[in-house]
Amino acid sequence: MRTRTRRTRDQSRSEIVLAQLPPGRRATVVGTLPHTADVVANRLGQLGFRATAQVDVLRRAPLGDPTIYRVQDTELCLRRREAQLIVVVPEPDR
Amino acid sequence: MTACHDVAAPVTIAGVRRVALVGSPNAGKTSVFNHLTGLHAKTGNYPGVTVGRSVGTTKVDGVTIAVEDLPGTYSLDPISPDEQVVTDLLAGEYPDIDRPDALVLVADATTLRRSIILVGQVLRLDLPCLLALTMSDELTSRGGRIDVEALSTALGIPVTAVVAHRGSGIDTLRAQLASFDRWQRPPVLPPADQDAVDAWGRSVLNAADYVAPQPDRRTARIDRVLLHPLWGTVAFFTVMFCFFQALFTIAAPLRDGISDGLTWLGGQVAEHIGNPVLRGLLGQGIIGGVGTVLQFIPQIVLLFLLIALLENIGYMSRAAFLMDRVMAKTGLEGRAFVAMLSSFACAIPGIMATRTLPSSRDRIATIVTAPLMTCSARLPVYTLLVGLLVAPQTQWWGLSAQGVTMFLLYLGGGASSLIAASLVKSTILRGDLLPFTMELPPYRFPSLTVLLAAMWSAAKVFLRKAGTIILGTSLVLWALLNLPLREAETQGRSPTDAGAYVMNHSYAADVGKAVAPVFQPLGFDWRTDVALVGSLSAREVFVSTLGQVSAATNPANPRQALTTMTDDHGHRVFTAPTVIALMTYFMFALQCMSTIAVMRRETNSWRWPAFAFSYMFVLAWVMAFVARSIAVGLGA
Repeated sequence: MRTRTRRTRDQSRSEIVLAQLPPGRRATVVGTLPHTADVVANRLGQLGFRATAQVDVLRRAPLGDPTIYRVQDTELCLRRREAQLIVVVPEPDR
Repeated sequence: MTACHDVAAPVTIAGVRRVALVGSPNAGKTSVFNHLTGLHAKTGNYPGVTVGRSVGTTKVDGVTIAVEDLPGTYSLDPISPDEQVVTDLLAGEYPDIDRPDALVLVADATTLRRSIILVGQVLRLDLPCLLALTMSDELTSRGGRIDVEALSTALGIPVTAVVAHRGSGIDTLRAQLASFDRWQRPPVLPPADQDAVDAWGRSVLNAADYVAPQPDRRTARIDRVLLHPLWGTVAFFTVMFCFFQALFTIAAPLRDGISDGLTWLGGQVAEHIGNPVLRGLLGQGIIGGVGTVLQFIPQIVLLFLLIALLENIGYMSRAAFLMDRVMAKTGLEGRAFVAMLSSFACAIPGIMATRTLPSSRDRIATIVTAPLMTCSARLPVYTLLVGLLVAPQTQWWGLSAQGVTMFLLYLGGGASSLIAASLVKSTILRGDLLPFTMELPPYRFPSLTVLLAAMWSAAKVFLRKAGTIILGTSLVLWALLNLPLREAETQGRSPTDAGAYVMNHSYAADVGKAVAPVFQPLGFDWRTDVALVGSLSAREVFVSTLGQVSAATNPANPRQALTTMTDDHGHRVFTAPTVIALMTYFMFALQCMSTIAVMRRETNSWRWPAFAFSYMFVLAWVMAFVARSIAVGLGA
């Protein structure tokens, strides 16, 4: 499955990993980092973290991890470990 | 109880046609299954793996159709044993299980943009297929829409909208099951390539005029409180406190009621049967064994009601979200918390609660470590031993010394369970690829059918699979402790003395003497070992067995007799170091064959119960030896 990063010079300036995005912000998924294990990349893709998908950061757990995201009409939580593998381009803060 | 028995029971109804339900977790699959099959479902395990299997039947125009609820899966590219089962079974590659004749895809209308990919993968299997679309009422109320007929045309298969929690649409679905050989089949299969199937999914949803729903406002409002750093934490502890209290305050009186009823029955038997062997066997052996099995039922049923309720409302995943960080330290995940907490009441419902965990490695890690949690059966044992160790009026730092000791025992049990889980997860059950992901579904009203089915199936599985093992072992233990009868020798003695004489010359006494060298370094004498053998039927039996062997006037509270009990050389048996060693031993040892039976049932093999029993025995022995040595060293 091809959900690897597709980097262009323009984008790379604004690209961050999902774990860096604070609650309340929205971003567009670019892909997963190149060193992500295939099965993990596949699973994240199946859950909706696919290129061009929009993701909202909803809230972090009181102890700081995991974090709830909304992607493709579902709310689900990821730990920092997985959120650090997903490359996104944040939308400007509203 | 062989593995092949487990498999054969739910499946082989010769000539019956089989329909399997396929769908992602939270799609409402189990709800559809329960409405289709009612309470006729049989649960077991897939052969060779710790993956639960549910098969039921439904009748259409007098024809019986077998319905199988496959484990939830996000895709047919498996990354966990549960998903591997689904993929293999659908491909017809599962050993000893035939490919189903037809499939019912269950998909949540509110998350169709995601699950359309799974629909595409399943259609490529080229089996007769029908799509049951759940939550379509919720889709509309949240501002989305879908044209069901257009969707059916675009997919090339029949589509039926069902509202699973109300059961509407189920009759239509059931009627369709009979005629699966006439279901429309897609003229062209969806593409295999990932990007192409994405595009296929988008075009299908476009054709069906699909508009995705708005986020659920009610859920957002509730979550603002229930996931709030302060209020959410308060709510979590309140819910868990009530959960735990319910297990004690509601289930305990019911359990005592069952036990009183059976004691009365045993008394009646004793009055009316002359033959002493038969009287003992029926009155104590069989009725006692049935009592051991039945006393777990209130707890199990109540626990599964509470779990199903929290799960169906949507709170369970929120609780797991809040606790995940804590559980992650042990290598487990938030959802294991409920199983661990339940084990404070009793390891048996706790072990059964691991079915809610999606990773089978996590399930096994929780199952083999949950019995270290301080269950309620340890309480009478601890009460007796703490009473032997410290006087009631003793105070430490202004606190009751007995209370402090008891608290330390509970703390030790809880901590050792979590430490053991982290050790198991980092060694023999390491290397799970499954990333931690958990959906938080919108809050919904639970369906009564689903709640009833959860309670019913838990009780049935326990009685059928574990109950027989527990009953059998109870009988063996009764025979060990009470035979041979020694009628001639006990003639003319008081009942207390007679009881002590029988037990001290029983087969169990032989066992106690035989294992005495093993426990001698811990300071246990052979009569303590007899009580240890007896406590295998249930830990609290340790107290009454010890009462009987020491010929205490009140076997239910043998403290007085034990403080003065001496061994063959006239030394006191229950010295402080020995009592400390005994407490430590009970903290760690898997001294409960009912737990072993349930482990066998849930892991589908004797390997894990054997492993758990062995490591806990070694741990218990070593820790008891260390504790005793320290106590002796300190001059206690």
